[in-house]
Amino acid sequence: MDITSDTHSQHISRQFNQELEELKTHLMAMGGLVEQQVQEAVKSLLDNDSRLAEKIRDNDRQVNDLQIQIDDECTRILARRQPAASDLRLVVAVIRATSDLERIGDEASKIARNALSLSEGNSHVKGLVEVRHISEHVRKMLRDSLTAFARFDTELAMRVVHEDKLVDDEYGSAMRSLMTFMMEDSRSISSVLNVMWVLRALERVGDHANNLAEYVVYLVKGLDIRHTAPEELDENMLKKP
Amino acid sequence: MQASLPKSAPGSSASDSAAVMHFATTESCLDINDFSLAYAGVPALQHLSLQVPRHRVTAFIGPSGCGKSTLLRAINRLHDLNESVTLSGNIQLEGRDIHAPQLNVAELRRRVGMVFQNPNPFPMSIYENVAFGLRLQGRMPKRKRDDTVEWALQSAALWEEVKDRLYRSAWTLSGGQQQRLVIARTLAVRPDVLLLDEPASALDPISTLKIEELIRNLKSQLTLVLVTHNMQQAARVSDYTAFLQGGELVEYGPTDSVFTNPRLQRTENYITGRMA
Repeated sequence: MDITSDTHSQHISRQFNQELEELKTHLMAMGGLVEQQVQEAVKSLLDNDSRLAEKIRDNDRQVNDLQIQIDDECTRILARRQPAASDLRLVVAVIRATSDLERIGDEASKIARNALSLSEGNSHVKGLVEVRHISEHVRKMLRDSLTAFARFDTELAMRVVHEDKLVDDEYGSAMRSLMTFMMEDSRSISSVLNVMWVLRALERVGDHANNLAEYVVYLVKGLDIRHTAPEELDENMLKKP
Repeated sequence: MQASLPKSAPGSSASDSAAVMHFATTESCLDINDFSLAYAGVPALQHLSLQVPRHRVTAFIGPSGCGKSTLLRAINRLHDLNESVTLSGNIQLEGRDIHAPQLNVAELRRRVGMVFQNPNPFPMSIYENVAFGLRLQGRMPKRKRDDTVEWALQSAALWEEVKDRLYRSAWTLSGGQQQRLVIARTLAVRPDVLLLDEPASALDPISTLKIEELIRNLKSQLTLVLVTHNMQQAARVSDYTAFLQGGELVEYGPTDSVFTNPRLQRTENYITGRMA
């Protein structure tokens, strides 16, 4: 049975409604912070802004604190409410989602650290076009997966799942270009390696956004699609009422 | 009175027949077919069809007055003496209609034991409580009776606590022990099915856990049907869960899926404590 975004506000216990609403609000706040971290980390790299990069690196603690706070809320709800059905799926989805958001935060920190390394060198940095392109793509995936979570929108979530393959392809192609740069000019190896780490981090952000989208499908439809090939997914979802 | 169950489960399609479940891997012990029951013309159960699989725990859940205890009692023919009760459809135990004229009701109740909410030991010794059913069955050598009493008490996880005071009054036992004694009394006559009507609702949490553990252990020997208001209990101990509301079977399926992803909104509302 599919659920909607107001499903969790109809309990006889208003306190329980409130606890679940707060859980969703806090998850969205964490998502917003992580999204901003990724955006600013990429900006610090493209603008060669070391101060912004330092801020991103230091902000990671806030993301970690939010993960612990939200996981605590989930533990409390499990212990005190023993949720079932869609309530249980919400709590499980949130626990999984905080873990992915925290790791997206880590990837943003990695991007910021590489931006700091690059800002220390004097040479012209190659590969920034690829960084800009892939970062726009994965940021859209992240934004869409968070929107899908907020609206319990499985169609949007499925679009994110299908996007992940495209990001993987773009990442492969960008890596090949960067290797060409290294072969052409060995002095650029160090800076190109930094850009490669950044691209790798962005690709991982895409993977985590994909995971978030999969949790939305679990939350709304009760289907665990984590290890199902994307081409099989739509058919499966249609079968389930 | 041939209405099939999906009609009584709004929101479900024929292919999604909410309640009629067929167990591909497990044979059924009880088959309830289009069963209806009314008290003085007021319907209490309406066109219920479900199969209770053998050697599994099946829980009936639902709000007060939904008919779950009525259904449980019907399986044991406890409504026989109530003249205002009318029935239709049938209930089959191992393929035989329990209302068939040639069926011996005493034999049915030996095969289908029942345990109620409040422990009801007889005012006699612990030993005599367990031996009561055996004595009703006729003469039995004392040695064999002793062995059966010990086996029943061990099966009910009570032997270690009472083996030194078998001849003391059953009323000296705690509530939880009395309930296990009642289960031992039922087990002594080797039933095929054990019906449990809120067996732990009058007990403290530790005694409740002992009863739940007992239920889990007993399923290798017999088929258990549990009626409970405690949804966590149904989730903990049962293999299959049937949700009843207003005398209708709303949803029936494996407990894992009923409690994580129920198919129907009415089930979801009940098990998650939402307003209907």
